[in-house]
Amino acid sequence: MWIYEKKLQYPVRVSTCNPMLAKFLIEQYGGADGELAAALRYLNQRYTIPDKVIGLLTDIGTEEFAHLEMIATMVYKLTKDATPEQMKAAGLGAHYANHEKALYYENAGGVPWTATYIQAKGDPIADLYEDIAAEEKARATYQWIINMSDDPDINDSLRFLREREIIHAQRFREAVEILKEEQGRKKIF
Amino acid sequence: MKQVPAEYYQLMEQLQAVDFVLVELTLYLDTHNDDLDAINQFNHYVQERKRIKKQFESQFGPLQQFGNSYSGKPWNWNDSPWPWQV
Amino acid sequence: MHTHHKSYQPYVSPFDPCKPMIEKTYSTPPHLYIGFQPPNLPQFTPMEALRAGTLWKAFYDPWYGPYEKKNWGVPS
Repeated sequence: MWIYEKKLQYPVRVSTCNPMLAKFLIEQYGGADGELAAALRYLNQRYTIPDKVIGLLTDIGTEEFAHLEMIATMVYKLTKDATPEQMKAAGLGAHYANHEKALYYENAGGVPWTATYIQAKGDPIADLYEDIAAEEKARATYQWIINMSDDPDINDSLRFLREREIIHAQRFREAVEILKEEQGRKKIF
Repeated sequence: MKQVPAEYYQLMEQLQAVDFVLVELTLYLDTHNDDLDAINQFNHYVQERKRIKKQFESQFGPLQQFGNSYSGKPWNWNDSPWPWQV
Repeated sequence: MHTHHKSYQPYVSPFDPCKPMIEKTYSTPPHLYIGFQPPNLPQFTPMEALRAGTLWKAFYDPWYGPYEKKNWGVPS
């Protein structure tokens, strides 16, 4: 089971009311390479992967939910006190018509989240390579959002999340090495 | 409308820092289960987190529920603010 | 010199509609070069680690946007 903790993994601050940034950030909430997709991908793959790497998939999958909550916090704060006019000007008119200020699992283009974003092939190497690719794609998405954002506080949190993608990719690469059962796995330069 | 004092943010950040070390060491140990130095460091920070959690909860209420924290009277798990609100 | 950014020069046509970006860069973060993490790598303090997003200095690779002041030193 899971235990909720009343605490963000990393402090989230927002400098300015800027609903347009929320529109971009929602990509990491309900997009193909977003945090929801990541969490569900890893936690679902772990049932059919060798025991040696189940712990890693469980723990990274769990951490992704903490990241999902950070993104939700940013979107919530960026839109909380925005007027319908501001929502419309930010390109969130269609979202407002359907959801008002509610968060929704959709990408930056407003397309709802779908299970087709994730794969579970049952082949451990195929699944771990998908996971590595997913981390690199999420890292890239954070780069592009940081490039468009002029909110230093949001960027500080996004930088943290981008760095986490690097560490997760590192661990998934190590998981591949473990499954290869190479003896000289100490260092590969 | 009541707001949390500055100390809430300070204590919370201390907990976030220690918990982050524990997250990092957890993922590291998932792929390096024979690194005794890392295990010792992990156990050291487990103790550290216990201490900070206790201090935080005595001032600001339970961090976890389902029995992973004690309750105040009345039941204070529901009390605002939630993490995304502060 | 080893960097975590690489660059290339795309072909510039006289008929390109936008002002050409002479050089394009892309990210090659540290984990691509480290392999299986060796034990006892130098660490950040817990507060620095939280700010950095990693406990180990070797993996630290912050990304800054065009509107920000870059800080490549100790994470704060």
